[in-house]
Amino acid sequence: MKIAMAIGVAGIAGATLAASLSLAQDKGSAAAGIEQYRAALADGNPAELWEARGEGLWKEKRGPKKASLERCDLGLGPGVVKGAYTILPKYFPDTDKVEDLESRLVTCMVTLQGFTPEQAKKDPFGGPGKKVPMDALVAYVTSESRGMPMHVSLAHPKEKEAYELGREIFFYRGGSHDFGCTSCHGADGKRIRLQDLPNLTNPADARRAYSTWPAYRVSQGEVRSMQWRLNDCFRQQRFPELEFVSPASIALTLYLAKNADGAKFDAPAIKR
Amino acid sequence: MNIRRLTILVLTVAAGCSTMPSQETTHTPSHAEVAALLKSSFKAKGQAGLDRLDQDEMQRLCSEVRADKPLAPDVAEKIVKAQAATLRYPPGSLLGDWKSGEKIAQTGVGMQYSDDPTHPSGGNCYACHQLAPHEMSYGTIGPSLYKFGALRGYTPEMQKYVYGKVYNPDAFSACSNMPRFGHMGILTEQQIKDVVALLMDPSSPVNK
Repeated sequence: MKIAMAIGVAGIAGATLAASLSLAQDKGSAAAGIEQYRAALADGNPAELWEARGEGLWKEKRGPKKASLERCDLGLGPGVVKGAYTILPKYFPDTDKVEDLESRLVTCMVTLQGFTPEQAKKDPFGGPGKKVPMDALVAYVTSESRGMPMHVSLAHPKEKEAYELGREIFFYRGGSHDFGCTSCHGADGKRIRLQDLPNLTNPADARRAYSTWPAYRVSQGEVRSMQWRLNDCFRQQRFPELEFVSPASIALTLYLAKNADGAKFDAPAIKR
Repeated sequence: MNIRRLTILVLTVAAGCSTMPSQETTHTPSHAEVAALLKSSFKAKGQAGLDRLDQDEMQRLCSEVRADKPLAPDVAEKIVKAQAATLRYPPGSLLGDWKSGEKIAQTGVGMQYSDDPTHPSGGNCYACHQLAPHEMSYGTIGPSLYKFGALRGYTPEMQKYVYGKVYNPDAFSACSNMPRFGHMGILTEQQIKDVVALLMDPSSPVNK
């Protein structure tokens, strides 16, 4: 509902702008068409299937220790899933590390279920004909924070350090094309082709973007996690491959989460 | 200049380390810290090796630009000068084939680890610029280039400017968002000439 309203407002703003620019009339109607498409999609989100599968996996006895994840501490205490995603990434004393949701799930799969870290990290993202537990677990846990305000902490020195490293990574330009995150996400009101780009240094945009990941991607038929989002951005940035749950990925996630502070979490969402 | 900058960074790091955790002061991690973190977090894949994370001087200086820390005029001047020294113009006409230029402008592949390295790269101009009016799906990170040649005149000087700008935009404007297509070997000499034609040929749809 709130999304539909936001889309409506954006649509009106877009239409006003279009009317004031010559040559932009057709672009305005194309953008309106895209918004209409998004609104239509929001009615039925296949991410629900991942959420249900994830809840089953959370409770299922798996791994060498034949244990479930029901005692996993996601930051609010063992077994507390409700609202846990709103405070991630955060510092965990037991690992002495800042962990995001995906890395924390890996930790629990290792400590509670007895998987090796390699096994727990082996299939981070689903693909055609391949459904992986990680996507489903991420969908389930995040869905339990829907409608709740996001707030990550920078109180611990390691959280502050990760935030600051994440910020530097955001502005780090390199590779064959001199791209950094900031190339596409550092200014207001920009597009690539017809795709609107959120300015992730602007709180309003950062909140809207961060609170709608993970998302079911219609074009891919998969629920995509924040780890996937960053991985694929760096691919297009012409960087080498960002390793799953790597320190840089977690630092960058914390930076983005902090910029989105106060957002009402609204995912798993649905995107083109 | 570099050494002075490095010294300042080192001092900042040292000061940051000696203070207690919950201080409000913002500590900027050193370039070495960030580079080390990246190296430990990425893996080489396909044609994208870890050397892609190594910054040249311009990339390093441009990474320091922030909303509250704009590029200093003297640094900008230094970058433009260094990048201008990389410009290489082929002999003869710089005007290629606008039809090939349009294909290059439409194509986004090239240099990603998921791309076939034996296949030519595109320029992906439409991702960021408006060009020919028939293409409605264009981005806005860069300025509109619609009627580029018609508005500026079809002169050899303007052809040379466009060739140079595509070859290395930072030779004209420091820390541009646009890739250095020639300098970094993304597009070939012929491809850049074709893109010049897309903007500068009177018969190109860009100028209709």
